[in-house]
Amino acid sequence: MLTQPATTQSLRTLVRSVPTVDEVAAKERVAALGKRSIKKESKLSALRMVISMMDLTTLEGKDTPGKVRQLCSKGMRPDPTRQDLPTVAAICVYPAHIATARAALGDSGVKVASVATYFPSGQVSLEVKVDDVREAVKAGADEIDMVIDRGAFLAGDYLKVFEEILAVRAACGDAHLKVILETGELGTLDNVRRASAIAMAGGAHFIKTSTGKVSPAATLPVTLVMLEAIREHHAATGEMIGMKPAGGIRTAKDSIKYLVLLSETLGSAWMSNEWFRFGASSLLNDVLMQIRWLETGRYQSPDYFTKD
Amino acid sequence: MTDHTIEKGIEWEYAPSVQGAEMVSIASTYGLFIDGAFVDPTDGEMFPTINPATEEQLSSVAAAGVADIDLAVKAARSAFENVWGPMKPAERAKYLYRIARLLQERAREFAILETLDGGKPIKESRDIDIPLVAAYFFYYAGWADKLDYAFPGIDPKPIGVAGQIIPWNFPMLMLAWKIAPALAAGNTVVLKPAETTPLTALLFAQLCAEAGLPDGVVNIVTGDGRTGAAIVEHPDIDKIAFTGSTGVGKAIRRAIAGTGKKLTLELGGKGAHIVFDDAPLDQAVEGVINGIFFNQGHVCCAGSRLLVQESIRDQLLDKLRSRLDTLRVGNPLDKNTDVGAINSAAQLQRIEALVASGRDAGVEMFQSSCDLPTKGFWYAPTVFTDVSQSHRIAQEEIFGPVLATMTFRTPDEAIEKANNTPYGLSAGVWTTKGSRILWMADRLRAGVVWANTFNKFDPTSPFGGYKESGFGREGGRHGLLPYLEGPWS
Repeated sequence: MLTQPATTQSLRTLVRSVPTVDEVAAKERVAALGKRSIKKESKLSALRMVISMMDLTTLEGKDTPGKVRQLCSKGMRPDPTRQDLPTVAAICVYPAHIATARAALGDSGVKVASVATYFPSGQVSLEVKVDDVREAVKAGADEIDMVIDRGAFLAGDYLKVFEEILAVRAACGDAHLKVILETGELGTLDNVRRASAIAMAGGAHFIKTSTGKVSPAATLPVTLVMLEAIREHHAATGEMIGMKPAGGIRTAKDSIKYLVLLSETLGSAWMSNEWFRFGASSLLNDVLMQIRWLETGRYQSPDYFTKD
Repeated sequence: MTDHTIEKGIEWEYAPSVQGAEMVSIASTYGLFIDGAFVDPTDGEMFPTINPATEEQLSSVAAAGVADIDLAVKAARSAFENVWGPMKPAERAKYLYRIARLLQERAREFAILETLDGGKPIKESRDIDIPLVAAYFFYYAGWADKLDYAFPGIDPKPIGVAGQIIPWNFPMLMLAWKIAPALAAGNTVVLKPAETTPLTALLFAQLCAEAGLPDGVVNIVTGDGRTGAAIVEHPDIDKIAFTGSTGVGKAIRRAIAGTGKKLTLELGGKGAHIVFDDAPLDQAVEGVINGIFFNQGHVCCAGSRLLVQESIRDQLLDKLRSRLDTLRVGNPLDKNTDVGAINSAAQLQRIEALVASGRDAGVEMFQSSCDLPTKGFWYAPTVFTDVSQSHRIAQEEIFGPVLATMTFRTPDEAIEKANNTPYGLSAGVWTTKGSRILWMADRLRAGVVWANTFNKFDPTSPFGGYKESGFGREGGRHGLLPYLEGPWS
């Protein structure tokens, strides 16, 4: 655990106390769990869970209020033909669209998540990042998705990474903080594990893999390592931290593999949208299609699912 | 109204996903496969083979007697002298390739039958056993016409008729380890599968016939220890290859002393799985789990002794304890089953007796909280903590899902403890330090040393033991040596 106030030395000690990761063995574990055969009622309950855990996302330069309202409508009722499906967990947008989303979602229970801290690069001063977060919270964001300073991390300046997370968390107030590690830029699973430890020590409510702007985004091995970091943190402190793989998860089949990882690494306590989210923009329709296939035995044309 | 409830902390269960067994047809009785055809045993004796997960009888197979073995050896001798021995090596290779391809085509059928007869999880027979079986046949098919390159300037020759006796833990894989190199080197074989797992070997016999393999090249004779003794004692057998218990291995060696028969033995083990404090811990836990619970621990090279550096003992045991509870024990045909059935009532008794000896000695243990089926033979994954070298559970091979944990303080002590057994088949090392892996591998007296992994097999890699774990190597170029006459003979 970290001594307060944190110093360069205490951060180094924290990073060095993190167990190393054997990449070959981690990938093997993921491949083995990827062969779990999820059928019938367990598949249906998984797909419903995936919807309820989804942060339905649009993060484009071309986003408009119209687009955001359409996405909110989809998130509140994923399939207009039926009322028995859960809503998504949140709508994830740029700060400029928080107010629109807030108004569109009303009292639906769907949260507004906003990226902040000069997402996706985060290459500005801490002051600007903190202002960005404050504005987002003021505009009504329930959840803030921040990016860590990968440059500082790779340069070994763990204290800078840590202090930024600490400052952003303070600026969040009551909003929940998801810390994006951008694992595609970290290079090794050892780094993923270290960055996870720093983010959790800094006060993250969730740790999140990716911005979706860098390839590879979320992968199963990265997610396994982050879940293992969460397990370790929980064993040491008793504190539960959430997990959000984001980017690149496009099929229902893939999303179920993530749930298998979650279930067999952290167990049922984490199996809800309070502790697990999918950051995705195109996953939802495949999930809806698979649900209809499970229920009717037939695949329907993509034209029967709304594109928003 | 849309359902807004947030689904909290869901108990998500996997629905049963059972591999159907329809594609496997099991005859009610099986004769002996001698000289290319199934024949009845001369004295008509049969014995049942059961599914250890349900105790239901699957079939009834012949118990080969001395007269049957004589017929099988005569067929093998004739095939060796008239057909297989004189055949061009490239032609022999074609048959082996054909067998390998047929094994791949019928892989699922073999996997299901292996699971039915032996109790191992379908995910292992489907993803590990049978793919490896085909891989070993492909690999040795490649050597068949290249023996002069494998051993240049020696002009190696086949030995003749090999008598091969294999165990019940990997019925098809052990068959492949025995038959593929023997045939590639130009020998013919009489093979006895284990008493409790004869069915896949008999299916393999059918496959040999389908492949058009000349009569008598492969003979499959079923039976118990008496059948095995008849093979060992038959005067016209040139070589015995045995995989099984150290006790039987010693008896075989005594029996053939002075006969001129060649011998390779692959016997028991008490593999040390060594975890250093700088290991990638979460992966090491998976390695330890795989090392001892793979195939219910019915693995001669299992990592059945966990040697953990004392400074991380508590942490590692905590992780193992929670991991044990996520192992899925049950119906071997369920695709999500991790640990299947114990192979036989006799083996279950042996496991129970050794665990009782550990408890009587006052050693602490914990077990998986899984529910065990009521029918069939089952044992919950078990971990003993704080075992001493002098406990029976640290010295004797349990051959079941039971791990004995000990601690060490320094690398020297780890080596001393790891080597301090009559066995020497396998060992595993988990550390981030590459130089330490090499230092350890130099000093561990074990035929296989795995680094940051465990229970990995490959046709190109030789496998075999030191000390009471046997001698001779199977797999790789080394695996050809026991089946060839050369300066080493």
